[in-house]
Amino acid sequence: MFGRLTWEAIPLTEPIPLITSLVVILAIGAAVVWVTVKGWWPYLWNEYITSTDHKRIGIMYFVLGLVMLIRGFADAIMMRAQQMFAVGASQGYLPPEHYNQIFTAHGTIMIFFVAMPLVISFMNFVVPLQLGVRDVAFPTMNNVSFWLTASGVLLTNLSLFIGEYARTGWLGFPPLSEQQFSPGVGVDYYLVALQIAGVGTVLTAVNFVTTILKTRAPGMSYLRMPVFCWTTLAANLLILAAFPVLTATYAMLMLDRYLGFHFFTNDGGGNSMLYMNLIWVWGHPEVYILILPAFGIYSEVVSTFSGKPLFGYRSMVFATLAICIISFCVWLHHFFTMGAGADVNAIFGIASMIIAVPTGVKIFNWLFTMYGGRVRFNVPMYWTIGFMLTFVIGGLTGVLLAMPPVDFLVHNSLFLIAHFHQVIIGGVVFAIMAGYTYWFPKAFGFTLDERLGKAIFWCWFIGFHLAFMPLYVLGFWGGTRRLQHIADPTWQPWLDVAFVGALLIGLGIVLTVVQLLYSIKTRDRRLDTTGDPWDGRTLEWLTLSPPPHFNFAVLPDVHGEEAYWTRKQTALREEKLIEEPDYKAIEMPVNTPTGVIVAFFASLCGFALIWYIWWLAIVGLVGAFAVLVWYAWRDEHEHIIPADEVAQLERERRRIRKEQIQTWPRPA
Amino acid sequence: MRRGAALIVLPLSACNRGVLDPVGPVGAAEKTILINSTAIMLAIIIPTMIATVAVAWWFRAGNKKATYRPDWEYSGAIEMVVWGIPALTVLLLGGIAWIGSHDLDPYKPLPSKSPPIEVQVVSLDWKWLFIYPDQGIATVNQLVVPAGTPVHFSLTSATVWNVFFVPQMGTMIYTMPRMTTQLNLQADRQGTFDGLSAHFSGDGFPGMNFKVHSVPPQQFAAWAAAARSGPQLDVATYDELQKPSSYVKPLVYGSVDPRLFEAIVANRLPPPISPKTTPAAQHVSPQPPAGHLNVR
Repeated sequence: MFGRLTWEAIPLTEPIPLITSLVVILAIGAAVVWVTVKGWWPYLWNEYITSTDHKRIGIMYFVLGLVMLIRGFADAIMMRAQQMFAVGASQGYLPPEHYNQIFTAHGTIMIFFVAMPLVISFMNFVVPLQLGVRDVAFPTMNNVSFWLTASGVLLTNLSLFIGEYARTGWLGFPPLSEQQFSPGVGVDYYLVALQIAGVGTVLTAVNFVTTILKTRAPGMSYLRMPVFCWTTLAANLLILAAFPVLTATYAMLMLDRYLGFHFFTNDGGGNSMLYMNLIWVWGHPEVYILILPAFGIYSEVVSTFSGKPLFGYRSMVFATLAICIISFCVWLHHFFTMGAGADVNAIFGIASMIIAVPTGVKIFNWLFTMYGGRVRFNVPMYWTIGFMLTFVIGGLTGVLLAMPPVDFLVHNSLFLIAHFHQVIIGGVVFAIMAGYTYWFPKAFGFTLDERLGKAIFWCWFIGFHLAFMPLYVLGFWGGTRRLQHIADPTWQPWLDVAFVGALLIGLGIVLTVVQLLYSIKTRDRRLDTTGDPWDGRTLEWLTLSPPPHFNFAVLPDVHGEEAYWTRKQTALREEKLIEEPDYKAIEMPVNTPTGVIVAFFASLCGFALIWYIWWLAIVGLVGAFAVLVWYAWRDEHEHIIPADEVAQLERERRRIRKEQIQTWPRPA
Repeated sequence: MRRGAALIVLPLSACNRGVLDPVGPVGAAEKTILINSTAIMLAIIIPTMIATVAVAWWFRAGNKKATYRPDWEYSGAIEMVVWGIPALTVLLLGGIAWIGSHDLDPYKPLPSKSPPIEVQVVSLDWKWLFIYPDQGIATVNQLVVPAGTPVHFSLTSATVWNVFFVPQMGTMIYTMPRMTTQLNLQADRQGTFDGLSAHFSGDGFPGMNFKVHSVPPQQFAAWAAAARSGPQLDVATYDELQKPSSYVKPLVYGSVDPRLFEAIVANRLPPPISPKTTPAAQHVSPQPPAGHLNVR
C-alpha cells in the first residue's frame, strides 16, 4: 500500500534533522495560523496564488528564492562548522552519511531553488515592463511554471523529514548514484524533484522566448530592447536548449534505478562517462543561464546610476549572444582529467578561454559607462562595483581552470570551490541584491533603507572574501572538495577564517530580513510617489509604483534605444506630456488555480515515485493531466477592465508626471 | 593564542606546499604554467580593478571637476581596444594551453634513460590498491617508487569513480570502473608525499589518503625483494580487501595474480558489497580512528 514508506523513514533517533523538522513545521504552522487569524487567505489566493500577473508571479519567485537561500545557507554554515571541527583526531559533529546529504542539498538548492528562482523572478517582474507590454505571452503557463518549481522545492525539503536526501554531490554522478551504491530514497528525491522543477523551468523559457520575440511595444525593434531583455532572451534560449538534455539525462538515470536499465551502470554495458558528458552539456550553459541575466541587471544599474546610456550597447548585445553560443562548446573542461587526448583537451580549454573575451568586453563597457557620468553611489551601485572587482578575479581563476595543465593540479579541489563561488556569489548573488534594491520600489511603492543596504553589502563583500580566499590556498595544498574529515591539522587556521567569513555572510542575510521589515515599518519616509525613484531610463519607470495590473494604459510608442529616457527628456524640454490618447477597455487574463492544482498532483506523483507507491503515482499523473484538460475547456479567458477605470488610473499618473516636470532638473 | 600565532605565520607557510612544491618534472612544468598564466592575467586585471575604482570615484555625482558627458555612449577606437585586449590575452594564453596540453599529456611517456616502473592502480571502497606487475607484489595505501625513475600508471576502479592524485608529483587522473586510464609521473626528490582521492566516492571518501615514498633505486629494489615474503593477494584475500573500509593502514602483499588488474577492469570479479543506507546501519559508517592525532 505505501511502498517503501514506513515509520523508519522519520528520523526519530537523529537530533539534527528531527529538531530542524520540528522548527520548520512550527514555523510553517505559525505562519498559517497568523494568515488565518488576520484573514489574509482570500487576498493571498486571489492576488498571489492564482494570479497570472507577471509582477505577482515575479514576487512569488523572489520569496521562494529568498526562503531557500536561508535553507541553503544553513547547509553551508553546517559544512563550514564541520570542516572546522573535524580536523586531525576530531570527527566533528556530522557523520559522513549526514554531511554528504548536506553538501548535496546545498549545491542542488542553491543552484536550482535559489539562483534560478531569483533570476527568473527578475525576468518575470521586469521584462514585460521593459518591453512595454501588459503581461508575458502565456500568463497561465507562467503560473504553472512557478508552482511546478515550488513542487520541486517541496519535495526536496520533504527529504529532511521523511527519508533522506542524496549523498552523491549535486550532480548525482553514477555509478555512485546507481541502485548498486545508493539503494536508498535519497537519489530518487533528488531526481524526481528536479524533473518536476525542470518542467517548470522549460515552460518559463518557452514563455519568455515567445514574449521577447513576439510581444514588444510598437517601435521596439530588437536593437532598441534594454540589455536586460537581451540577456533574458539569451538565457532562455540556453534553457530551451540545455534543460531538455538534463531531463533526458535524469530520465536515463531513473530508468537505470527504477527499471534496471544499463545506461550508466558498471555492468551490462553501461558507461558512466556518458552521464558526465551529458550532465555538463546542461551544466555549463546553466552557469550562463544564471550569469547572463545578472550581467543584464548590472547593465541597467550602471547606466541608470551613471546618468548615461550604456556604453557600446551593440557590443554588449553581441557579447551576450557570443557567450550564449560559445557556452555550448566548452562542457568538456569539467573533466580534463578523465583521460581525453591532448587535442581534445586543448580545443575545449581554448574555447573556454574565448568566453573570457566577451565577458572582458562587458567589464570594460561598464567601466566606460561610468566614464563621463555622474555616478550616484546608491546601494545597487555598491553591488555593481563590488561585482566588477570580485568577478575579474573569479575570471582569472576560471581561465586558470580552463588551462588543461593547470586543471590537472586543481581540478575538483577547494580552488575550484573558491572559483565558482567567486563567480556565482560575486556575479549572480551580487546582481540579485542589486536588482532587489533597484526594482523593489517599482514593486511595492517605497525604497529600501539605504544604510542597512550598505551594511548588507559590506557583510557579503568582506564575508565572501574571508570565506573563500582561504579555499584557494587550501586548493593549492592539494585540498579536495567534499571532505567530511580533514586529516591535516595545519589546515585549521584557514578553515577558521573561512568559518568567520560564512558567519559574516550569515549576518548579511539576517540584515536583509531586518532591512525588509524596517523598510516596511518606516515606508512612509521613503514612498516612491513618482514611479521613477532613480531617474531611470527604461520603460518600467514610466508607470507608477506599483504599476497597475495592466502596466500601461496605452502601449508606449518607442522611438529610440532608451524609450523612457527619450520620452522623459522631451517632456522636460517641452514642459508637457504627450497628447492624452483615447482610453480603451483592456482585456486581462483571469486568475486561475490551474497551476497550484497541477503542482499538487505533480507533488503527489513525485512523492509516490520516490517511495514506490505506484497507485498514488498514477493518481498524481492522471490528476495533473486532467486539470490541464479541464483548463483547456474553460469558458472565460479574460476579464475586461473598462475604459473609464483605465482613464481614471492613467489621469492620476499624468497628474503626478505633470507635477514632476515642474520640479525636475532640465536636461543640459 | 596558539591560533593567533598560527594566523601570523599563515602567509609564510602558504607558499611551497602541495602543488606549489613540486617534486618531479610534471608538477614543476605545471606549476610554471600556473604562475606564468596568473602573471599574464594579473597584468591586465590589476589595472582594470584600479581603473574601476578610480573612474567610479572621479566621476562621482558630487565632483564638480569631472566633465559630464551624458550622451557619450560609443567610441570605435575604445571598442577596438576593449575587444582587442582580452582577445590578445586569450590568444597568448591559448597558445600556452595548446603547447601545455600536448607537452603534459598524462598518457605521454616521460623522457628518461631508465625504463619506467609499471604500477597498476585500483581504487576500492575506500582505499588504494597498487599492483607492481613486474615485481609481482602489491600494496594498499602505500606507493613506493624509485626516485628519478619515471612511473607509468594504469588506473581503474573496482567500484565508483575516484581520482588518483599526488599533489606534489603533478597531474591527477580519474579512475573509472571498466575503463583504464594512464598516467606518467616521476619524483626526482626523495621523501614522503601525500596522496589522495580527489573525486567524492561515498561515505568513506575522506579516509582514502595514502603515502608515496620516493626512495633511491637500490632501496626500491631491496624493498621490492623484501616485500615478496608478504602474504599472497589471491581471490579470497581480494574479496576480503574490497569490502568497504576506510582509513586503512598500509599493507604489502608478496605475490599477486598477474591477471588481477585485467579481471577487475573486465568486471569479472564479484561486485563489491554496496554500503547500506538503511537508518539502522547509519552509525557504522567509517570514522577516523580515535586517539591518533595524525591518521595519515
